Amino acid sequence: MFAQILSAVGVMVVGVFICALYYWLSDKALQLVFPVRDGDVIGASRNLNRRAAVRPWLFLGPALILLGVYLVYPVIATFILSFYDRAGQDFVGFANYRWAFFDAGFRQSIFNNILWLAVVPAACTFFGLVIAVLTDRIWWGNIAKSIVFMPMAISFVGASVIWKFIYEYRGGNDAQIGLLNAIVTSLGGNPQVWISMPFWNNFFLMVILIWIQTGFAMVILSAALRGIPEETIEAAVIDGANGWQIFWKIMVPQIWGTIAVVWTTITILVLKVFDIVLTMTNGQWDTMVLANLMFDWMFRGGGDSGRSAVIALVIMAAVTPIMIWNIRQANRDAGGH
Amino acid sequence: MTAISLKLRRIGLPRLIVHVSVLLIVILWLIPTLGILVTSIRDKNQITTSGWWTAFVGSSQTSAVRLGDPATAKQEGGKFVISGSVFENGATGKVQAFGTRVQEPAAYKVGQTVDLGEGESLLINGDGTYVQSKATAFEGRPKRIYLTVTVPPTFSLDNYRTVLNSEGLGQAFINSLTVTIPATIIPILISAFAAYALSWMQFSGRALIIAVVVGLIVVPLQMSLIPLLRLYNEIGNIFGVPSKTYAGIWLAHTAFGMPLAIYLLRNYIAGLPKEIMESARVDGASDFEIFLKIVLPLSFPALASFAIFQFLWVWNDLLVAIVFLGTGRDQLVLTGALNALLGSRGGNWEILTASAFITIIVPLLVFFCLQRYLVRGLLAGSVKGG
Repeated sequence: MFAQILSAVGVMVVGVFICALYYWLSDKALQLVFPVRDGDVIGASRNLNRRAAVRPWLFLGPALILLGVYLVYPVIATFILSFYDRAGQDFVGFANYRWAFFDAGFRQSIFNNILWLAVVPAACTFFGLVIAVLTDRIWWGNIAKSIVFMPMAISFVGASVIWKFIYEYRGGNDAQIGLLNAIVTSLGGNPQVWISMPFWNNFFLMVILIWIQTGFAMVILSAALRGIPEETIEAAVIDGANGWQIFWKIMVPQIWGTIAVVWTTITILVLKVFDIVLTMTNGQWDTMVLANLMFDWMFRGGGDSGRSAVIALVIMAAVTPIMIWNIRQANRDAGGH
Repeated sequence: MTAISLKLRRIGLPRLIVHVSVLLIVILWLIPTLGILVTSIRDKNQITTSGWWTAFVGSSQTSAVRLGDPATAKQEGGKFVISGSVFENGATGKVQAFGTRVQEPAAYKVGQTVDLGEGESLLINGDGTYVQSKATAFEGRPKRIYLTVTVPPTFSLDNYRTVLNSEGLGQAFINSLTVTIPATIIPILISAFAAYALSWMQFSGRALIIAVVVGLIVVPLQMSLIPLLRLYNEIGNIFGVPSKTYAGIWLAHTAFGMPLAIYLLRNYIAGLPKEIMESARVDGASDFEIFLKIVLPLSFPALASFAIFQFLWVWNDLLVAIVFLGTGRDQLVLTGALNALLGSRGGNWEILTASAFITIIVPLLVFFCLQRYLVRGLLAGSVKGG
């Protein structure tokens, strides 16, 4: 056991050492290949320029190789694989796309994903904003924020166990040990098997992600709220606006950009939601979403890389507008630099 | 407390409502986690008979016991008497009521002698001691009675002992550490060098690389899985090595964390004061030295932010682990183990809750100790999709 930990720490040390060695050695090699000698002014300046031209690529090299192998190449390969058969051998044209278009499971997943997209980002942003506004006004607000923020640190699998226990159902006359059913029965209702109620079970799964992500929205929005210039609020107070009007007409418009960022960030997360569905229902009872369907096809019956690639591309297509927007934004920011 | 909030307090909602609603939210957010924490330290029989919210008041159970064997009866004052305790088999608790028929397990009160007919009477005290007496000799098997017993809350770490040893969570914990430690540290160095090059070195193609990195931040992991799985299998076949190795997942996590790392660190490093770099350069320092001696120490807050992100992401990851690592004991990480337990131990909440708590304790500790850096990182890099 400790041998394994030791080997992990060893790998870390060796890995860091090799990385450091690479950068150090490549720098030395550069100085050897393009030497700067006293007396040879023209040669020295030419070599200095050459060094300056090569050095960025030495610094960037490992990162670019990793990005290339693990992200850029797979994106292209997945696109190509989507036109091939299940084993990735024979070209099948648009057959996989046609399959997706007519497949009931695929349509179900798209529908559920749209449902998630409609509910989760909105709910997280709304609760996050409300909690940010409320906690900013009380002396123990930071403690409250910490607690709402805490689920961010919990894995989706861990959170699924936590919530599965809340949704637990026990048949017959057994005492309900799941909190939700205990509340329902104490109010005189009948206990329900929440996670196998078609359609509504999607919402019970969404609650888990909302529970996790509201803290994120709260932290970002809270920082934005603190950045609002005081004068604008003072002016509104002098004009006789009430708290409600100040919130909706003065504060919200000023943090609109941040709200958009929070919304899109959670949207991307929702598109990739996988762990929660896998652990709660594994897509049963009409809860399948795209990421799970894709994973399912990756391994079902030995795996179908073509269909699975098509599903991955649908997720990719959905994030592309956000991606383009981010790149534009980054270019605009970098313009001044 | 900013001046804004002071103003709002004067004009906004009454303070009490704010306090109460925040308190409600906090309770709502805390209760789910509290539920598994409390359940994980309860007795496994109590978990199935009562909700965890009753854990501190004890639970009430109905059970059947047999009284003493007729052979142990003694003659006292013309009567045959059997005495003893209903808790002789090691159980504890407080008897609330008892009965002789299963239909009415709580027919009689404790502490009173009850006439059972045919000259037989029975007294059971709250502490479990009983006196059974009869005018004639007892016959047949020991008498069966039904008890309503309240069991005091008992808490123990037994469930943790069980999951750590026999359910393999201990090994999974080690495996998670094995995956996480290198996968957190190694990307920092690689991305820091890249971020420095993208901030302070002039070369053509810089803007393009920055744009690609920003674009890659949001590329879904799903796009990478199929080609990489094929690539790993091919490499495994060609070189005759296993395709699911720790080295494989370290590289995968390093690469998947790279776009955000470069983006976060570049934002920070590009914002470092230009004068420091230039004066160092005038003093004859090479880029390598500037990076090592100036940039790296100054960027500590950004490095820490990213390290926390990467740690939480790798530790909590399930998808990459189940695709790139095996499911054997020597490679199963905590999230994978917990997922497997959900399948095999679906109703055993003493196992699931203790296991869940083991998987979330490390990230929670990191979270509460280093929250400051985490918040800073979030604010700096909120274009990332998680």
